[in-house]
Amino acid sequence: MDEAYFTALIPRIWQALAETGLMVSVSFLLAGILGVGLGLLLYASRPGNLLENRVVFGVLNAVINIIRPVPFLIVAVSIIPFTRLIVGTSIGPLAATVPLVLVASVAIARISESNLVAVDPGAVEAGAAMGASPARVLFTIVIPEALGPLVLGLTYIFVALVDATAVAGVVGGGGLGHLAITYGYQRFDWFVVGVIVLILIVLVQSAQLLGNWISRRVMHA
Amino acid sequence: MTSILIRGRETSGLPATATVKAPPVTTAIEFRDVSKTFVTRRTSFSALTNVSLSIPRGDIFGIVGYSGAGKSTLLRTVNALERPTSGSVFVNGHEISALRGRALYQARQRIGMIFQQFNLLQSRTVFANIAYPLALAGVAKPEVVDRVEELLEFVGLSDKAFAYPSRLSGGQKQRVGIARALANRPDVLISDEATSALDPDTTAEVLELLKRTNAEYGITIALVTHEIDVVRSIADRVAVMERGEVVEHGTAYRVFSRPEHPTTRRFVSSVLQHVPSDETLDRIRRTHSGRLVQIAIDNPDASDPYLSRISREHGVDATVVFGGVSEIAAKLFGSLIVELSGDDRAVDAAIRDLARTVSVTEVPHG
Repeated sequence: MDEAYFTALIPRIWQALAETGLMVSVSFLLAGILGVGLGLLLYASRPGNLLENRVVFGVLNAVINIIRPVPFLIVAVSIIPFTRLIVGTSIGPLAATVPLVLVASVAIARISESNLVAVDPGAVEAGAAMGASPARVLFTIVIPEALGPLVLGLTYIFVALVDATAVAGVVGGGGLGHLAITYGYQRFDWFVVGVIVLILIVLVQSAQLLGNWISRRVMHA
Repeated sequence: MTSILIRGRETSGLPATATVKAPPVTTAIEFRDVSKTFVTRRTSFSALTNVSLSIPRGDIFGIVGYSGAGKSTLLRTVNALERPTSGSVFVNGHEISALRGRALYQARQRIGMIFQQFNLLQSRTVFANIAYPLALAGVAKPEVVDRVEELLEFVGLSDKAFAYPSRLSGGQKQRVGIARALANRPDVLISDEATSALDPDTTAEVLELLKRTNAEYGITIALVTHEIDVVRSIADRVAVMERGEVVEHGTAYRVFSRPEHPTTRRFVSSVLQHVPSDETLDRIRRTHSGRLVQIAIDNPDASDPYLSRISREHGVDATVVFGGVSEIAAKLFGSLIVELSGDDRAVDAAIRDLARTVSVTEVPHG
């Protein structure tokens, strides 16, 4: 391994890292908004809850259950026409964010729903007894009470997204996963694979630490 | 009648209130023929059957019963967390069971509620928990701060304002619950087994606070409990429930001193153990040779030292061999078995003398 090897490798790692960063952050942001929104809708429309609506709950529930079990690779490939429609291409990190957002949204929807459902019914009842409207109970009691576990759930999805971008790399998404595949799998350069794995570990560790810290700050149990 | 419940709002637009005769002003809460049936797909369960009950303004009213008697369901109709299947519930003259939407939310702001599991918001400090109902009522910020500080002072938790509920003991949590329930100066406070998760010392502390709330602010308190001792120590009036019905009600003193229904008797005998069982009585007869009398203490004249007086005046010895005296609704109630020994005629005279202050019956020897 000479100097030329490193001068060629380092910019490629930087670029791959930037691509991964783009895919993860954009899809995490969009999926976060979409997913938490869907989770709230699922929670509120649940039978027996504040805005009970069997049709909304039934449809959302079914759609999520259809998307969730499909492997990411198959989702990514099968929605290519939709991806082209939205970003104009099916290649590159931006194109990869489309299936990433879709998959992460439904996962976040489920996680938020279960965290909201787990909020102490006593706190919800106290809100009603004090004269808060159902919407007020949802936004000033249920969400704040669920925030700690919700942050941990989002952290879990963030880590899963880092993992999914590696798969996206295989189908033309670019990023660290793509680099690891081309160097390691196709050229047997295990040093590069090692470096990339190390970078991924650091990325995941710091995300988890940050998530734990935030959830501790918002949770006072 | 003044509209305390729904401030600044016309209530005449509410359908049922206009047609139903409102209860008298002296009544804080009235249940009128309230029934509640829970229907699931396969079964239906009748939790309340034709309950009619009036709770006078300013009273501490205890609703007691074994679990499943329907007492919590009844209490929860007061703020319409539970709606009657039939019948109606009035709070301060307004039919709460007929209110919906905004009118109901506003009415609830004037009915404080405390819970067995405290139900504080874990994500908020003690201060923010107490401020929450004030924000709901649209109270201005500076006023909120003053009011919360005043309430913290009242419940003795000024030093815990910025602690989170998870750092508090059970008794402290319930005191926060009480402060929160009092925030909007309610007319009525309802308590659903508020001391059932607390140890005896803390229970006494919380009951003392409820007594003060009643005395200082004149707030009517309706409390549900399965602990008859809670009722004995603070209630003015009692209702006993069984299988969704009120089987007996009256002043606490009457219910405890002369219980009528078997369930009431069971409850009362578990706290007032003044009367000996037959086995105990047999043992007393065997170990005491003197004549035995049973003295019923029914709020006696405190100025008459009846035992020492008859002993002195008739030359008989008096020994208490069994019994007890309790305080119910600030009156003394109990029963004593006293052994009187001495000259037979002197004892006869002593018994006649005793009967002028307390009611006496002689316990025959075997």
